[in-house]
Parts: sequence; structure tokens; C-alpha cells
Amino acid sequence: MLTWVALLALALFSGATFFAARGKALAAVGGRPIGLHSLPGYYGGYVALWVAVPAALILLLAAGFGGSLEAGLLRSSESSALQALDAQQRDVFYNDAVTLSQGGQPSETVYEGPQKQALADAVSKAKHLRSQITYGALAAAIALALAGVAFAYPKIRPDFRARNQVETWIAGLFILCSVTAVLTTIGIVGSLVWESWRFFQSVSPVDFLFGMEWNPQIAMRSDQYASSGAFGAVPLFIGTFLIMIIAMMVAAPVGLFSAIYLSEYASPLARSVVKPLLEILAGVPTVVYGFFAALTVGPLFREFFNGIGGLLIGSGLDGLGQYLSQVQNQMALVAGAVMGVMLIPFVSSLSDDIINAVPQSLRDGSLAMGATRSETVKKVVLPAALPGIMAALLLAVSRAVGETMIVTMAAGLQAKATINPLDTVTTVTVQIVTLLTGDQEFDSPKTLAAFGLGLTLFLVTLILNIIALRIVQKYREQYD
Amino acid sequence: MTDAPMSTSATLRQTVEARLKVRHAQERRFRAYGLAAIFVALAFLTVLLGRIVSQGYTTFLEYSLTVPVYVDPARVDRTDISGANFDLLIADQVLGRLGIKDDDFGTQSSKMMDILSNDLGFQLLQKVKANPSLIGKTVSVTGPVRADGALYYKGEIKKSTPEDERKLDNTQLQWLDKMKSMGMVSSGFNTGFLTKSDSTEPEQAGVWGAIVGSTMMLIVTALLAVPIGVLAATYLEEFAAKNRWTDIIEVNINNLAAVPSIVYGLLGLAVFINWLHVPRSSPLLGGLVLALMALPTVIIATRSALKAVPPSIREAALGVGASKTQTVFHHVLPLAMPGVMTGAILSMAHALGETAPLLMIGMVSFVPGVPEGFTGAATVLPVQVFIWENASERAFHERTAGAIMVLLVFMIVMNLAAILLRRRFERRW
Repeated sequence: MLTWVALLALALFSGATFFAARGKALAAVGGRPIGLHSLPGYYGGYVALWVAVPAALILLLAAGFGGSLEAGLLRSSESSALQALDAQQRDVFYNDAVTLSQGGQPSETVYEGPQKQALADAVSKAKHLRSQITYGALAAAIALALAGVAFAYPKIRPDFRARNQVETWIAGLFILCSVTAVLTTIGIVGSLVWESWRFFQSVSPVDFLFGMEWNPQIAMRSDQYASSGAFGAVPLFIGTFLIMIIAMMVAAPVGLFSAIYLSEYASPLARSVVKPLLEILAGVPTVVYGFFAALTVGPLFREFFNGIGGLLIGSGLDGLGQYLSQVQNQMALVAGAVMGVMLIPFVSSLSDDIINAVPQSLRDGSLAMGATRSETVKKVVLPAALPGIMAALLLAVSRAVGETMIVTMAAGLQAKATINPLDTVTTVTVQIVTLLTGDQEFDSPKTLAAFGLGLTLFLVTLILNIIALRIVQKYREQYD
Repeated sequence: MTDAPMSTSATLRQTVEARLKVRHAQERRFRAYGLAAIFVALAFLTVLLGRIVSQGYTTFLEYSLTVPVYVDPARVDRTDISGANFDLLIADQVLGRLGIKDDDFGTQSSKMMDILSNDLGFQLLQKVKANPSLIGKTVSVTGPVRADGALYYKGEIKKSTPEDERKLDNTQLQWLDKMKSMGMVSSGFNTGFLTKSDSTEPEQAGVWGAIVGSTMMLIVTALLAVPIGVLAATYLEEFAAKNRWTDIIEVNINNLAAVPSIVYGLLGLAVFINWLHVPRSSPLLGGLVLALMALPTVIIATRSALKAVPPSIREAALGVGASKTQTVFHHVLPLAMPGVMTGAILSMAHALGETAPLLMIGMVSFVPGVPEGFTGAATVLPVQVFIWENASERAFHERTAGAIMVLLVFMIVMNLAAILLRRRFERRW
């Protein structure tokens, strides 16, 4: 609350300095801006920036990290009464102290004797610290704002290059924004590697990457490490691969053929109707595909296979019939097929772009030699577009491997190393979701395993993307 | 060599013609494959949308029950109104209207309570609490029929199903029929679905909380991703020198655009929750994660919009003495704005439908209301779909499809806005 008031006051103050500085610049040249180096607004902006930015940064930092700072300082001097508590109880104690100091509802832990006294001390200390942090930040902000005026205002003279100065600030903002993308990557890699490293302290990477048994037990507390389960991820890799292959068997032919038809045969009218429709298919959220897979395609496929099984029972293929009549909704085929449908527009629009990029002269040459259209496509256009199409398919594979919602809703949880599409399998993404949506302690190998899986997933998709992007780039250069 | 020229050309002609037939047949087949592929893709779209609408439209149909209830002073204690069992009171009175006597064990009334929503009892409690003088009078309350009863009215639960395989037994179905024929039940548009929030009772569950949550989250996402993305793209496209660093940033952005969304969820969990202590399952946290996810898309769209602005504009501005920054902010960016906005809206639409990263940051919890600000617990539309899809009650499946319809309407509106924007402001140079 105080932060907002302070920010508002700061905005008003810097607004005032803007007009003051602008007025000063204009007054210096007798009200004729022609005598100034920059437009008058730049002089105002220069001073206003020096006033507002440093002070606002201090206020926002205090609002964002004041709580962590307070907690850290509170713990720096520990009362002897807390020696009896273990780490977890201490966390609760400090949380309670902070909550109480803010007038909130503490946990239900009962503190007695010296601990009660320690709590009261901690509460008053927390209050004290917080007011110190808040008012300290406020004082620092006021000082900085005034220092900004003192620094910038005297510089305002007609020959002062205010525009260049303001543009330096803007350039800084530009660079800051561009670096966000790099920071995101660093954040992703850093958090995945760090948490995975902690995971690999308790489970060896060899066991993880080559182990055949996946069975993460519920490890609710830290002392249950010993009874933790098996973390061999090979069944997950096989399941992911199986579903990806099924999806590609649907998406690659349908997507590719529709791209060929759209770019080589369809009339402009048909193109203008079909393309937006395919874009709708691409815009449908994956959770909708998941719902469709789980409640429509799953039961449909099960009934179909059960029906066939029922016919086969008693015939020469009795064993197969028995098996088919017992398949479940959550087979790999369902998730794979629906994921394939999801990927159709992706494959089709990427390949469409690539086929269109093949120069018309190649087609004309082939047609002039008497080849039919399909021969032109098969013998000339596709070979020319092949690297690009391979890249599109690789990008689709990367999407299929990283896709989460369809498999979470329609594939199973049981980790089985099988390539039978009628069996239930589980995937890397399903396991990440399952491991992290419970309410368990964050430090258990079970939750950390999710980061190990995440790192594997990230690396695999990254490699696929890099290869694909490389191919696309190389290929584009050929015809430019 | 010894063959006569005439016969050679005749056989050649014959072979070519025979071959041509085969080739034309191949051509037709190839073309048919292409058509079939498009047909298959569009058929999937039709089946997908048709199936969702056919499963979901009944959500918007509500059967509500209006019962006049005599608030019996013997059963409602004036000093302890909340202690009275209004559900039972209503059930008994409905039974009385149907002319059914209950036995001593209350078997019938508990069966009746199974088909009346507890919303009725809740409403009556509120009314009596607000105005205790109603005790001893007859009050009329209107509320939805419990989900299973509504499914029967909608034909989802059929009488022909054996009694032990359906949730309602024969007596309950008879009562439902009788209540309808007595005119106690009226059907209408289910406004509750759009104005209420999540609930454990299917008939009282709505998507309002999720709509508000989604909106708040998208506000955070848009406020972060659009300015940062546009500025970053402008820098890379207009200012940055082509060197190693900009190359690295560029490769980085292209790769980030293809990182699986779930990885962003892991990032949110590790960095925003465990390190920066942003409140779990809040719109703020969801917005931050989705902003990082949407950033590369916004950057890529903005760059292509900037590329489309012809160099002559820049040269003209620079020629009359504008600085580089002025050229970009006064001329290039405004001209690229329609393209930028189209890209931004499309990436926001994508963010609206994203589910996986939100599951990682604790958004799967049950939130029975509208989020209390940007740091309160919230749920969003796609996650609401996921939660309901997992629910065991059959009535929730219908609601899931209903929620999907609401979600798709939002997506279509956003996509249409993007298309219209492009049509309206598109400029050919």
C-alpha cells in the first residue's frame, strides 16, 4: 500500500520536474525552441528519467524482496530457545513470527516456555525489521529522487544534448528487453540442470537413463529416501516414442498430402476456404483434444477392438480374440491418433510454405517436358523440397514428444516397455505432470525426478529443433 | 533396324498411349490422395467440434424447480436458524405435494434429497436468516434440479437402463416425471453456468471464476510479453549490429519458440515459486510463466511486421533530420502496429488455451470462487476443463464440454479480432 502511494507521489514529482526542466530550457532561449539543441520535451524527459527510474527501482526492489530480506535478517540471530527444534519446526516458527507481526493467523503449533518468549521477541523484531526496511527504502527513494534533480537539473542549458541522453536511456531499455529472452533460456537451463543435479545425487544417471523399471514410490518425508522407488526411465522413453510414431503415422501422410494438394492442385478459392479451416484445427487448445481423446475416441476404439475380439473368440484366433476383448480405453493408439490429428495442420502449413518456396521455373520446366502434374510433384518438387519437409517433420516430432495434455488425459500411468499400440503406456510428460501435481515435499527424489525428465525432454527437443532450423536455413539459401 | 519405319512408329505410339493411360491413372490417383487428405483433416475438425457441441449444448439447458415451502416453526428454531435442516424440510414438503408418505426411517425423504439440489436449502436458509419473520409462512424457492435428475430430463439417463446400472432408481424417476407433469419444473437457459464458479455439485458449478481467472492472467501476460517482446524485436531488427551477440540472441529466440510448454512450467516452479516465492496458483504467477512462453512468438511476429515496412520510410525520416530512435518510434513502429497487434493477439489466444505449464505451478486446486486479486488462488478456463474432465460424476462431463464451448468462443473471438485487424489495417507497399 505504502509502495503504491510512494510510486504515485514519485510519478507526480517526476512529472513536475519534467515541466520545470522543460520550462528552464525554453526560458534560457527566450521561448524560441529553435535555439535549443533538442526538442524541449527531451530536456524535461532527461530530468524526469533521472528522478523517477532509480527511486522507483529501489521502491520496487523493497516491495519484491523486502519479505525475503526480513526473513533472512530474522534468522541471522537465533535465540537459544530454538536449538531444540529441527529445521522444519524452525521454518514454521519463523513463518508464524512473520504472520503474527503482520496481524495474521499463525499455524496451530503451540509454543511453550522459552519458545513462547522467543516467539514474542521474534514478532517484535520482525515488526521492527519490516518498518526499518520499508522506511529505509522510502528514505533512500526520496534521497535518490532529490539527488536526481540535483544531478540533472543544473545540466539543462540550450547546447545540452538532451535527446542523445534520453536515447541512451531508451537504448538501455531495448537491451534489457532483448536480454530477457537470453535470461529465460538461462533460467530454464539453470533450473533444470540444478534440480537434476540434485536428483542425480540420489539416483545415478546411468540407472535413470538405462534402467528398465519406473516405479517412483510416494516419498512423503525426507527420512523415507531409503524406501524410494525405481527411477529407470527407459519405459517412459519407449512409451513416448511409441505414441510419437503413431502420431507421425497419422500426421505425416495426411499433412503432407493436404499441403501438396493445396499448393499444387487447389484453386485459389478452395485454398482460401481450406487454409483458415486448418488454422482453426491448429488453434484448438490441446486440452480440448485431450477431452476428445479420453471421452470419445478412447471408448470408440475400445468398443471397436472389443467387438472384433468378440468375433474372434472361439475361432482359430481365440487367443487374439481374448486379448482384443479386454483392451482398455487408455491405449497408446488413442493418444497417438488424436495427437496425430493435432499435428496435421502443423505439418501441412509448414510443408505448404516449403513447397511454395520451390521456384515455379522448376515446375514449368518439368511440365514442358511432358511430365504430368503428379510426376512433377514426385520427381521435381518433392526432391527439391525434401530437406525442408524433413525439417518440418522433425519439428512435428519435437512437438509430439513435448505434448502434454493429450497424453495426460488419454494415455495411462503404468510404465510398460512395450511397442504394442493397444497396450497402455506412459510418457515423459505424463510422468512430469503426475510427479509434480501432488502435495509432496519438494526435496524428495520423486519430485526432483520430474526435473531429470524435464532436462531430458528439453535436450531432446532442443536437438531436434536445432537440426530442423539448420536444415531450413540451409535450404532457404539455395534459391535466394 | 530391319523393322519398317511405319510399324516402329505405330508400336511406339501404341506403347506411349498405353503408358499414357497408366500415367493419367496415376495422376488421378495422386490427386485423389490429396483430396482425401484434406477431406480427412476437415472431417476430423467437424467430428471434433460436432462432438463437443453435441456433448456440451445441454449444459446451457437448465431444469429448475420451484417449490413453495411452509417454514414449519416446529422444525426451524428461531434462535438457531442455521441449525435447521432445510434440505430435509424441503424434501418432505415436495414429498407431501406428490402425495407420498414417508416411513419412520426417512427413506423416502433421503431419496428425495438425492434429486433436489442443496442450493434450494441454501437459498431458503439465506432468506429466513435475512428475514426471520418468514418462519411460519410459506416461502417459494427456485433452484436447479440436482445433476442426475437433470440428466434424466435431458435423456442422458434412460428408463430402459436396468435399475441397478443407473444412479436413480425407479421411484426417483417416477417422482421426477410427476414433478414435471405437476408443473413444478421449468426449463430455461442456464445462466448459472456463466455466472457461478466451481462447485463440488455439478448443477451449481459454473465457469465465471475461471473466466475471471483467465482474464486476470492474460492481463499480466499481455502487460509483460507485448511491451518486452515488441521492444526486443525492434532492437534486434532496427538497432542491433549484426554480431555474435545478436546472433546468439536470435538463435535463442528461435529455439525458445519450440521449447515444450511443460518446460516453462518447470521453470516457473523452480524459479518463481521456490526461489522468488511468488504465490502458488495465482494469476500473477500464471501470467509470468505464460509471458515467458509467449515472448518468442511476439518477438517473431513483430520482427516480420517490422521487416514489411519498406526502407524508404526510414530513409525519408532520417533524411529530414530525425534521429534513429525518432524514426523508429514516430514512423516505423506505428506503420508496423497492425501486424504487431495481430501477432500479439494470436499469441495471447494461444496462451489462453495453454494448460500444461499451469498444472506445474499448482493451478489444479479447487477454487470455489472468483480470485481475490492477482496474488490470490485462481483457476483458469483450460485448467477448469482438465479438472472437470477428471471428475467422476457423469454430469461433469457435460459441463466439461460446456466449458470447452466457452473457451472456444473466446478463442474464436480473439482470432476473429486478429483477422479483422489485419484486414482493416493491412497495407500493401
